[in-house]
Amino acid sequence: MANDTQDVENNTDQQDANGGTEQHQEGGTTRFGSTVGSEGGSGPPEQNGLPPSARPPRVAEADEEDDEELTLKYGAKHVIMLFVPVTLCMVVVVATIKSVSFYTQNDGQRLIYTPFPEDTDTVGQRALNSILNATIMITVIIVMTLVLVLLYKYRCYRVIQGWLFISSLLLLFFFSFIYLKEVFKTYNVAMDYMTLAVIVWNFGVVGMMCIHWKGPLRLQQAYLIMISALMALVFIKYLPEWTAWLILAVISVYDLLAVLCPKGPLRILVETAQERNEPIFPALIYSSTMVWLVNMADTDTAFKRSPTDATSPQPEHQEGTAPPASPPGPSGDNGGFTPSWVTQQEHQLGHMQSTEDSRREIQQLPSDRPPVEDDDEERGVKLGLGDFIFYSMLVGKASAAASGDWNTTLACFVAILIGLCLTLLLLAIFKKALPALPISIFFGLVFYFATDNLVRPFMDELALHQFYI
Amino acid sequence: MTAAVFFGCTFIAFGPAIALFLFTIAREPLRVIFLIAGAFFWLVSLLLSSLVWFISVQISNKDSAVQQKGLLIFGVVLSVLLQETFPMSHPPDLSGLGFGFMSGAFSVVNILADSVGPGTIGIHGDSQHYFLSSAFMTMAIILLHMFWGVVFFDACEKQQWWAVAAVVISHLVVSCLTFQNPEYVASLVPTYVILFLMGIWAFYSAGGSLRNLKLCLTCKDKDFLLANHRPR
Repeated sequence: MANDTQDVENNTDQQDANGGTEQHQEGGTTRFGSTVGSEGGSGPPEQNGLPPSARPPRVAEADEEDDEELTLKYGAKHVIMLFVPVTLCMVVVVATIKSVSFYTQNDGQRLIYTPFPEDTDTVGQRALNSILNATIMITVIIVMTLVLVLLYKYRCYRVIQGWLFISSLLLLFFFSFIYLKEVFKTYNVAMDYMTLAVIVWNFGVVGMMCIHWKGPLRLQQAYLIMISALMALVFIKYLPEWTAWLILAVISVYDLLAVLCPKGPLRILVETAQERNEPIFPALIYSSTMVWLVNMADTDTAFKRSPTDATSPQPEHQEGTAPPASPPGPSGDNGGFTPSWVTQQEHQLGHMQSTEDSRREIQQLPSDRPPVEDDDEERGVKLGLGDFIFYSMLVGKASAAASGDWNTTLACFVAILIGLCLTLLLLAIFKKALPALPISIFFGLVFYFATDNLVRPFMDELALHQFYI
Repeated sequence: MTAAVFFGCTFIAFGPAIALFLFTIAREPLRVIFLIAGAFFWLVSLLLSSLVWFISVQISNKDSAVQQKGLLIFGVVLSVLLQETFPMSHPPDLSGLGFGFMSGAFSVVNILADSVGPGTIGIHGDSQHYFLSSAFMTMAIILLHMFWGVVFFDACEKQQWWAVAAVVISHLVVSCLTFQNPEYVASLVPTYVILFLMGIWAFYSAGGSLRNLKLCLTCKDKDFLLANHRPR
């Protein structure tokens, strides 16, 4: 069957048996993986396991137009399926930043990956420090990615799994506890430790279950959004100002290079996975539909799953104007989570283990639902959690830093959404894995600095006199 | 200021626009994307005009208040002209509404945020109706943008350049009317008159007519009913 699948993946590698799709596993950065895949790839295009429906003879033009319109509609639907969670994550982060002052306070603490302080005497010194910080961070990320690739190459699946598990544990329990504590402080809510323990325990355990095992789709998505928001908040708090902007810029460049250059570690990861003909270790990825996750440690299941996945209805993502093709290759729905992405996440979090583990586990969980209905609505899109994190980090930083101005926040928000839209469009055109960070982050950064420095004074003057444009 | 002021002004300013969004746009993902694209283009035009204004301020005499105000007016006019030159995507009402949303949001969101905080309005002798008038003005602007979009696009398609000029001129007139704030009667009333007229013009150029309107209101319009019938 021919499926046009689009995966926006952060470090997601999707297996493409025939190499029809390029999937990049990447640590931390989001990739758009366009998987055009079908098992075997031969035969007429099928819709999710159904025999090809007999098409009544139509005028070729009308047919094409209808097709194009349908693809456009489905593409748009998938874009919206990503807009909503990204928006929700950003809203959570901005709401927290605006109300809980903890995340904008400078406590003097820093991550171990950004050791140079930014409260220096001269601007030059500050610039130098921030450049050094960003360099260290990126180096750590690259190293972790390589470690992940090596681990994967030498089949240390258990290590990766354990790593992810611990990360998600830390995030779901420790960070959410801190978050709750600060929210209670802000709103002056009296809370005893017993109740708090019960709340955090339940939240954490249900989160671990949803992420690493089974759970309702909406709950799983909600947890993924929450942990992305938590992570973004941590970054906003602990990364100094200039370092944060530099890191955003550098990581978009890295994302671009790592996805499009032939010698990146992620490419190696993908190719290795393809050689072994197994789905790549699922990393933390937000999926809008139920994903059949294959447990990496359980290769039998993986093998059993792959053919089933292939034959069962696969979400067909039709991007933009891309006509459904029938390239061969497995539609790795569960495919292509890059451990490297996870690793990248790990670096970025520094000593704080990210939820990559949990995410991966989520991905690895077989879903409860029966095999996907061959319904177009069931074809989901995936976006790596690293993308969520960086988008939210940009918008959160904009709302924290831009002198309390809401216009800057709005501008960054629109810019990121448009970037996401453009990336999806490019994905539809090029049909290969594309990084999701560069365009959005570029627009976001341009609009942040432009709005903060140029538009804000203009709008302030206008508001003062109540002029409208 | 209280939560009542905040919610009241928010609903006044964004109520019709959000209603439009919910009823006509929210169901169709493609339309949402067009809306956001419209917002994005408005933002770009605003950026360019702010850049020009900023440069002109830097090279001007910062002490002269008259000059600054003059530059501000120049900035406003330039901004309006830039907005009109930006590509209107199809469908026109979405790009117009996108423009409107962004324009309204940028004008009023900071004011709304301030209204939640403590303070007394007009304590130094300024007008006490600042928030309310801002909210009404914003609502008018959002709807006007949408109407302008529809008429502009239609006029461009039919090559009726006089209509295009009329749209640009009415936009300029509305902006210039705001120069009279805080004499709110002088600025708001003509704005609403223009809003009403543009609404009628947009209705007719979008293919409406009295007959359609009557059918729609009495729920006898078969096309409309069929088009909106959604299988459950």
